Amino acid sequence: MAFHRYLPHTDSDIRAMLDRCGAKDFEDLYSDVTQSLRLKKPYALPNAMSEPELDRFFAGIAAQNREMTCFAGGGFYHHYTPAVIPALLSRSEFYTAYTPYQPEISQGTLQYIFEYQSMMCQLTGMDVSNASMYDGSTATAEAMIMAVNASKRKRRVLISATVAPAVAQVCSTYASSLGITLEVIPEHDGITSKDELEQMLGAGDVAAVIIASPNYFGIVEDYSGYAELCHGHKSLLIMNCHASALGVLRSPGEWGADIACGEAQSLGMPLNYGGPGLGYLCCRKAHMRKLPGRIVGATTDSTGQRSFVLTLQAREQHIRRQKATSNICSNQGIMTLHASIYLSLMGAEGLRKVNEIGYNGAHALAQALIDTGKVRLVNPDKPFLNEFRIETIEPLTSRTVLGALEAKGILGGIALSDNEIIVAVTEMCSPDDIDRYVSIIKGM
Amino acid sequence: MNKNLYSPLIFEHTHKGRKGYALPDYGKGEICLPPVLLRSNAPELPEVDEPTVVRHYTNSSNNNFGVDTGFYPLGSCTMKYNPKVNEAMVSRSGVANLHPAQPALSVQGALRIYRSLEKYLSEIGGMSEFTLNPFAGAHGEYVGLRVVRAYHISRADEARRKVLVPDSAHGTNPASAAMAGFEIVEVKSRPDGTVDMDDLQSKLDETVAAMMMTNPNTAGMFEYNIPQIAEAVHAVGALMYYDGANLNPMLGIARPGDMGFDVMHINLHKTFSTPHGGGGPGAGPVGVRKGLEEFLPNPRVTEHDDGSLAIEFGEDAFGRVSSWLGNFTVYIKALAYILSLGADGIAKVGPLSTLNANYIMNSLKDLYRLPIPGPCKHEFVFDGLIDKSTGVTTLNIAKALLDYGFHAPTIYFPLLFHESLMIEPTETENIETLDRFIEVMREIANAVVYSPEKVKNAPYTTPISHPDEDEAALNPIVKYEDLHHEAL
Repeated sequence: MAFHRYLPHTDSDIRAMLDRCGAKDFEDLYSDVTQSLRLKKPYALPNAMSEPELDRFFAGIAAQNREMTCFAGGGFYHHYTPAVIPALLSRSEFYTAYTPYQPEISQGTLQYIFEYQSMMCQLTGMDVSNASMYDGSTATAEAMIMAVNASKRKRRVLISATVAPAVAQVCSTYASSLGITLEVIPEHDGITSKDELEQMLGAGDVAAVIIASPNYFGIVEDYSGYAELCHGHKSLLIMNCHASALGVLRSPGEWGADIACGEAQSLGMPLNYGGPGLGYLCCRKAHMRKLPGRIVGATTDSTGQRSFVLTLQAREQHIRRQKATSNICSNQGIMTLHASIYLSLMGAEGLRKVNEIGYNGAHALAQALIDTGKVRLVNPDKPFLNEFRIETIEPLTSRTVLGALEAKGILGGIALSDNEIIVAVTEMCSPDDIDRYVSIIKGM
Repeated sequence: MNKNLYSPLIFEHTHKGRKGYALPDYGKGEICLPPVLLRSNAPELPEVDEPTVVRHYTNSSNNNFGVDTGFYPLGSCTMKYNPKVNEAMVSRSGVANLHPAQPALSVQGALRIYRSLEKYLSEIGGMSEFTLNPFAGAHGEYVGLRVVRAYHISRADEARRKVLVPDSAHGTNPASAAMAGFEIVEVKSRPDGTVDMDDLQSKLDETVAAMMMTNPNTAGMFEYNIPQIAEAVHAVGALMYYDGANLNPMLGIARPGDMGFDVMHINLHKTFSTPHGGGGPGAGPVGVRKGLEEFLPNPRVTEHDDGSLAIEFGEDAFGRVSSWLGNFTVYIKALAYILSLGADGIAKVGPLSTLNANYIMNSLKDLYRLPIPGPCKHEFVFDGLIDKSTGVTTLNIAKALLDYGFHAPTIYFPLLFHESLMIEPTETENIETLDRFIEVMREIANAVVYSPEKVKNAPYTTPISHPDEDEAALNPIVKYEDLHHEAL
C-alpha cells in the first residue's frame, strides 16, 4: 500500500528500486549525511488531513476573515474579475508549466507573454516591456537600478513625496545596498514641487526622477515639462502608474518618460490580501538591453512558422551571474496571462468604461461627503480620477469615521493621519454602497 | 499536447466593434479632466467577443507542456505534482476580496495562514522565524543577505563586504549578493562536486560576511563537510546562508538549522508543491536562527499574548521588499500541502525523491557519463554521453526527449562540466514513468550510434522546431506592433 496519494511508491516498488541502486535501505542512500546532523525527533507538525478535514480547516480560516465593501485603494484596487479569467487560468497546461526555456513545447506561455508585452507597451506608450516583475514596488526599485546602471556614474535618484509610501520604502531599501542616494522631492498641496525638483537636478549627479500618476493622494498631476527638465540634466524620467488608469490617462510615453513601471493588480486581479499582483516594467528601446527580467521575442522556426522564444538572455543572471542587470530569474507568470485575458476582454472601450465608473462614482461620493459638512476635500481644486483625500472636521477623526463605516461592513479608505483618509471608488462600489457610505457619515 | 502549432495572436482575432465585457450601467458619463492629463489616443487593444477569447487561450494552452501533461525531470526545479486541493483551498479560505488596508481584526484568518505556515517552515528548516514576504527564491536570497548585512552593521562590523559562493552555485547567488551590495568571491569545488576546504580556508577572513551554499549542491551531492565548513565560517565571524532550492531531499532527514546555517530561504514552488505558473508567482520565504529575527523585513505578522495576530513595522528591520505581504495565495497552497502530508508524509518526501533520482542514475550510468559517482540526493548530473565520438551534444539529447513526450532536463548547468545534463525526477513520479524515461534515454543513446544526424535534428513532432534564437536576439521583435513594422 502506498503511503499517500501524492507518493505512488508501494513497498514492492521501493524494494525493486533500492535493489537497482545496490542499496539495502534508504540509509544507504544517505550515508553521507552524518548522524549528528540528522533529525532528532519527528517534525512537530500536524498529522495528515484528508480532503474533507482540510476543507473544514480552511472553512474555519475563512470564518475569521471578514469581507467588506471596499473603498480603499492606495495601490490595490477592488475591480471585477471576469469569470473567463479563473476558468482559463485553471488550465493546468499553463499553470503547471515551468519558465519557457524549451520553446518547442512552451508556445502557449511564450505567446501570452508576447501578448502581455504588446498590451503593456500600448498602455504605457513605451517600446519594450519585460515579461513582468514581482509587484509594483519592486518594479519601481528595478527601474531605479536600471536608470542608475544606464547613467554609468550617477548615484542620486529623486523620488516625489507623492509616490506611494510602500513604493518609496522599497526603492529606499534597494538603494541603500547599492550606494544609491534616494532623495525626496517635496510636495505642496499634493503636487510634486517642480521648482524644488529643478534645484535638486541642478545640484547634479541625478540618474533618474521617479514620479507617480495618479499619485498616492489620487491626484492626477500635470507633468508638462518634466521630461524636458530631466533630459536637460541628462537624467531619466521614471513614471509609476497603476495599469488600469492608463486606459484613460496620458501615458508615460506621451509625458516623455523613459521608463514606465507600477502595479497591474488593478487589471481585475483579486485583492487576495495583497498578492499575487503584477509588477510591470517598460522602457524606450534605447534602454532595452538594460531591462531586467525576461523578454519574449518573435522569430521563425526551421519550417518558417512564426514562433516565440525568450530573448536577449545575455542580460540575465543565469548567463551573467553577478554582472546581470538583476538577480530576478522569474516573473509573475500566470498573472501576465491574467492581464492579457483581462485586457482582451475589456479592450480599450471596456477599460475606458471601468475608469468612467470609478471617476463618476468617486466624484459623486466626494461631493456628497463635502455636502455632509463632516469632512472636507483636501486640495479641492486638484483633478483626480477615482481616488481622493478627505480631511475630517472635528470632532470626527480618521479613526471614528473608518470605525463607523467598518461597523457597517464598509472599508472606508486608508487613514493617512489622525484626520486624513484616502478613498477610492471602483465599479465594485454600487450607487447604493456610495449612499450607505454617505449616510453613515451624515449620521455621525 | 497538440503537436500542431496554434499560431494566431489574440490581436489577430480583432474585429472592430466586438466586445468581451459586461459592466454595470451606473457611473456613465465622460471623464472631465483637463485634456493635457488624458491620452490622446485609445490604446490599441484587441476587440474580441468572449467565446473567441476562451477558444484562443484554450487552443494556445494545448501548445504548452506542464507537470500535468507529463514527466518534467528538470534538475534544480523540483517539478513535483501540484495538488488540486491546494488550488481549491485558495477560494475556500476567503481571502479573494481582502484588502491590505483592512483592520487586522477583520483578517485574522489570513494572518493565521501566514503565521501557521511561518511556524511550520521554521520547524522544517530548524529556524527561529520566517518572513514570507519575498516573492521568489532570488528575492529570498536578496532578503537573506540583507539580514546578514543588518546583523553585521548592528555589531559595528561593517567592513565585511565579501560573500563566498561555490563555483557550482545557481546564477542567482552571485547576482543576489551583488544586488545586496557585496563583493563575490568564488570558492572552488573538488572533483566530487563538494566545496574545496583548502580553497575555502584560504578565502576566509574578517572581511567575509557570509558563505552561501546549496545543500545538497547543484551536482546533487550532499556537502558532507558541512559541520567543518560551518565551523570555519563561524570562526571568522561570518554567517552561513542556505539556498533552499535543493531542500526537497532533506525533508525527513536533516534540517538546515542543525547543519549550522543561520539564514535560509525556501522555494515554496519547489519543495512545497505550489505551481510554477510558467514563471510565477512563486514565493521565497526567508528563515533566520534565533537572534536574527529583528532584522527581517517589514511588514511582519506578530502574535499578541491573547493569541490575536497583528501587523507590525519593526525598527530594526533592514527595510521593506514588497508592497504588502508577498504572494499571499501561494502560502495557502503550501500550507494545504503541509497539512495534506502531515508530519509523517513530509518526512517521506526526501527519501522518496532521493530514491527516484538514484534509480534513474543507476539505470543509465552505463550509457551516460556520470562524473560524480553516487549515491546522489534528489538529482544528479550526467556529463553527456559516454561515447562522445558522434558529436551528439547534451542539447541534442534534451531536444530528442521532447519527441517522446518528456520535458528536457536542465542542461549546461552546473557549469562544472561541459555537457551537464541535470535530472531531478521528484518523489511524485511512479516507477512506470521512471522506467519509460529510462527506456527512452537508452533508446536515444543507441540511436546516436547508428544515426547521429537524426538525433542532432530533433525534435520532429513538437509544434515548432528549431526556432531561430540568434535572429530573435539580433532583430528583437518584442511586441505585436513590431511584427508589422521594422524590428527594434
